[in-house]
Amino acid sequence: MDKTWNNKAWFLVLPVLVLVAFSAVIPLMTVVNYSVQDTFGNNVFFWAGTEWFEELLHSDRFWEAMVRNLIFSFIILAIEVPLGIFIALNMPKKGWGVPVCLVLMALPLLVPWNVVGTIWQVFGRNDIGLLGYYVNALGIDYNYVQDPFDAWVTVIVMDVWHWTSLVVLLCYAGLVSIPDAFYQAAKIDGASRWAVFRYIQLPKMQRVLLIAVLLRFMDSFMIYTEPFVVTGGGPGNSTTFLSIDLVKTALGQFDLGPAAAMSLVYFLIILLLSWVFYTVMTNYDAER
Amino acid sequence: MNLDFSWMAWTWPTAAFFIVIALMLCGMGVWEYVSPGGNPRVGVLRFETTRGDRLFVSLLGSAFIHLAWLGLVGPNLWWALALSVVYAIGVFRYV
Repeated sequence: MDKTWNNKAWFLVLPVLVLVAFSAVIPLMTVVNYSVQDTFGNNVFFWAGTEWFEELLHSDRFWEAMVRNLIFSFIILAIEVPLGIFIALNMPKKGWGVPVCLVLMALPLLVPWNVVGTIWQVFGRNDIGLLGYYVNALGIDYNYVQDPFDAWVTVIVMDVWHWTSLVVLLCYAGLVSIPDAFYQAAKIDGASRWAVFRYIQLPKMQRVLLIAVLLRFMDSFMIYTEPFVVTGGGPGNSTTFLSIDLVKTALGQFDLGPAAAMSLVYFLIILLLSWVFYTVMTNYDAER
Repeated sequence: MNLDFSWMAWTWPTAAFFIVIALMLCGMGVWEYVSPGGNPRVGVLRFETTRGDRLFVSLLGSAFIHLAWLGLVGPNLWWALALSVVYAIGVFRYV
């Protein structure tokens, strides 16, 4: 039998390896080095051993940010995934409406994150913002600057506005790939609208949904720019997610050692979750 | 050209850590050369893993074992290292 593997092809990967080395591996090594040392600047470091890790693992501030982040990701997924499926199911499948809907859906995704934050920061203000002003005019006391609940609502609605489109587009791609024969067979069998969704559309969307859940979970777990621009992590620490806490520690306090230890723990959690999602996705493919 | 890497703040323990990781990857490369295909099999996790997957699971699990030890027991990590080795052997044997 002919050889099916050609190891010389690995040389084609070399440019990527060099790029990844400079953009990821070397910074990661540096973070590992910083995580066991303390510094006051000027490249002078003092050995600290595992002190920063111990401090982090016993830090209420870290665990509170972690819990906040997990709750945020859970709420985001609980809203964006069903809403994305619902919108995708109701989008036109042919005619002039298709390009119009696709462009409308793609628009929020094209807006840079800091601009999204700025838009919602102004939009939510109760003196000059359209949303904040009219919500208060309706008699609802809404002030995201002072009220933690309002801040959470604003950050969540902003994320839903920004990212539901991604779920919609992925689900729509899954839906349009279903051959008409499936729907015709369902019609002949007299299947209800729910049965068509449950036994035809949902299974066909399963793979893209997994990708959507993975992307949205990772993104929401690493969210920084939008809530930072809107609330700055406040009021108090109510919207301080892990990445905001990390930047506060690293750049605000210039505590590079503790920040590096926190980065590594954060990285390990992301790595674990990515592996779980990747394994679920690849095994789903294998089973099919 | 004088390259200054002092900003990377290398220490002997962290250098040793990365050297061990690099040696493991080289060892996996040699193992793959000697016995190609990655030895895929279905273990206790009930999905197919190659030996590369098993190394990844071992390293990731070891990192969490060390963190858990630091958080729950204390800074003496030699027992955590021993536990990680046992865990890695278990992963390579049964996963």
